[in-house]
Amino acid sequence: MAKLTLNDLRKLRDEKQKTMAKRDPSHKDAQIIVGMGTCGIAAGAKETFNAIIDELDAKGITHVLVRQTGCMGLCHSEPTVEVIAPNMPVVIYGNVDAETGRQIVHAHIIGKTLVDNHICDKPAMDIVR
Amino acid sequence: MGYKQYILVCGGTACESNQGIALFNALKSAVISNGLVNDVQVVRTGCLGFCEKGPIVKILPQDTFYVEVKPEDAETIVKEHIVKGRVVSRLLYDKKQSQINVGIEGIDFYQKQFRIVLRNCGVIDPDKIDEYIARDGYKALEKVLFTMKPQEVVDEVSKSGLRGRGGAGFPTGKKWSFAAAQPAGQKYMVCNADEGDPGAYMDRSTLEGDPHSVLEAMTIAGYAIGADKGFIYIRAEYPLAIQRLETAIAQSREYGLLGKDILGSGFSFEIEIRLGAGAFVCGEETALLASIEGKRGMPKPRPPFPAVKGLWGCPTVINNVETLANIPVILTKGGLWFSKIGTATSKGTKVFALTGKINNSGLIEVPMGTTLREIIFDIGGGIRNGKAFKAAQTGGPSGGMIPPQFLDTPIDYENLGKIGSIMGSGGLIVMDEDDCIPNIAKFYLDFTVDESCGKCAPCRIGGRKLLDYLKKICNGDGTNADIENMQEISEAMARASLCGLGQTASNPVKSSLRYFMDEYKEHIDEKKCRAGKCKNLLRYTIDAAKCVGCTACARVCPANAIAGERKQPHVIDKTKCIKCGQCFEVCKFHAVNRA
Repeated sequence: MAKLTLNDLRKLRDEKQKTMAKRDPSHKDAQIIVGMGTCGIAAGAKETFNAIIDELDAKGITHVLVRQTGCMGLCHSEPTVEVIAPNMPVVIYGNVDAETGRQIVHAHIIGKTLVDNHICDKPAMDIVR
Repeated sequence: MGYKQYILVCGGTACESNQGIALFNALKSAVISNGLVNDVQVVRTGCLGFCEKGPIVKILPQDTFYVEVKPEDAETIVKEHIVKGRVVSRLLYDKKQSQINVGIEGIDFYQKQFRIVLRNCGVIDPDKIDEYIARDGYKALEKVLFTMKPQEVVDEVSKSGLRGRGGAGFPTGKKWSFAAAQPAGQKYMVCNADEGDPGAYMDRSTLEGDPHSVLEAMTIAGYAIGADKGFIYIRAEYPLAIQRLETAIAQSREYGLLGKDILGSGFSFEIEIRLGAGAFVCGEETALLASIEGKRGMPKPRPPFPAVKGLWGCPTVINNVETLANIPVILTKGGLWFSKIGTATSKGTKVFALTGKINNSGLIEVPMGTTLREIIFDIGGGIRNGKAFKAAQTGGPSGGMIPPQFLDTPIDYENLGKIGSIMGSGGLIVMDEDDCIPNIAKFYLDFTVDESCGKCAPCRIGGRKLLDYLKKICNGDGTNADIENMQEISEAMARASLCGLGQTASNPVKSSLRYFMDEYKEHIDEKKCRAGKCKNLLRYTIDAAKCVGCTACARVCPANAIAGERKQPHVIDKTKCIKCGQCFEVCKFHAVNRA
């Protein structure tokens, strides 16, 4: 590694900041929660999870926290994905494959519109925090 | 393609000594064997502070916080948490929670904390300069070198109200301005990492967890005062901190953030590590400088102050590790921002190393003005085994004992001074009802007498005399005249000693005489030690009415001092008893009395 100039340092910081931001749970206002119980994983939740993270990366979105959780009880519609975003209703999407995962990023997170045909439920009151 | 999940393993000394390295390796191999190398990164970070429950493992971005993790648990964590997304509830701090997203918000320990100094500890991998840079590292240096004049840097630090965290609390900006005002020429910047208080480890943890913050701050200070050379004086008994510092210095040099013409600004700065042999007195600035020069570590009278005539006769600024770790944040966020945290005279935060009879021992950072009660009971989780709080010692052997009536006093430099203690470097040792105050004072004096360099008489002779009196009192031979003498000697030491070591060595005695006179009186007048710590004052007897003759005490007695027939009351032969207390511990019927 050669010695840095001021611009190199700034570039390096911006670049690394993106990778570090993924670790940082604060400063995030939206959450995408992927149901990863046995049912979810069997239905392909891992691929969905990875697709969502890759898509967020590709779009340079850092304010969304992607988490995983256990079975939400909607085993008939796995993989399920819950999205909590500001000024949007809390929604659980069902049958979310990798492609739909990417759609959620495009529509729900960026476009602030719901993704049709996959809305499964609003979370039960005991899940709503 | 990047990592999707992160496993952070605490790499502080406390956790590493608790199978932390084996755990780190086990996690790495579990990630490999489960085919997750490209998805999951295992990171070794600095101290997460919660040393009581170490080793700590944190999983991000879920922010799940696992405590007391053993190498055997690695496979389970990877298989359950990472692969299946199921929390391993038996490793959670609060075992009742079953949610996977249980982060540090769920733990009282972190609720009242405010992290400036420890901002990166437990977040970044201290061996990776890129991670420090990503967390706004070297941004302050960039700002300083390209947009500020040296004087502006000094002014900004002055404006922040930052005071030295090594103990005395001298305003950092003022110190810098003294050195900056000296005519241009060879000047030095020294980092005091000679942390010697028993029970204090905040500087070590900062260096282990975030070495670059100190390097950046030293470079900034060098620019502000006009120094081109810095020394880090660290004790050789901190091998992990030294190793991480060496790595950090090498990386900074490689990136051109240290060395000649930093970032093309024309400013040059070099840092060298100097190892100390571990003498407590070398934490005193003039003794520290003597040690760097290769001389015997003994203090010199001041003035001249080091800022005027320091290392090899050149103007030198000496700042403590924690003080320096504040600097980059002050310069990026501004002095005004910093000055809004804390109390009227003490700005910012303070890192404390919580130890002693406390549930959550560990490393914490709180805003100045936080009360002792919040620190001990809210963050520290209260006293172990539900015992009563007796006193807290701040400032290590140079501080005083703070009794329960001051639990609600906001902690800052002035308030601690008023109640007879000092801020010190930030060791906070908690004592409960089982601790004997004269005995603890004796422990501290034993330490300072040992560590006194012997140059000046008040410290050398006074400390020894104080220790003798304390030993006498703990042996049950004390008189009331001894107390008067101790008070007089304490006063003389504080006034006449050459350096901080002697001036403060009598603080444990002075403060304990002030607040715990009744305990001294008991030792002297009634020959009684209520905590049961002073062996010579103890009498063990067996209550014949309660003794059922189970023989447990007789079997455990190492001196064969207990006799009695089976199923008959036993008796202790006082001439043979060595007062080890084992009979007291072993008796299930509370028949052994200790008085």
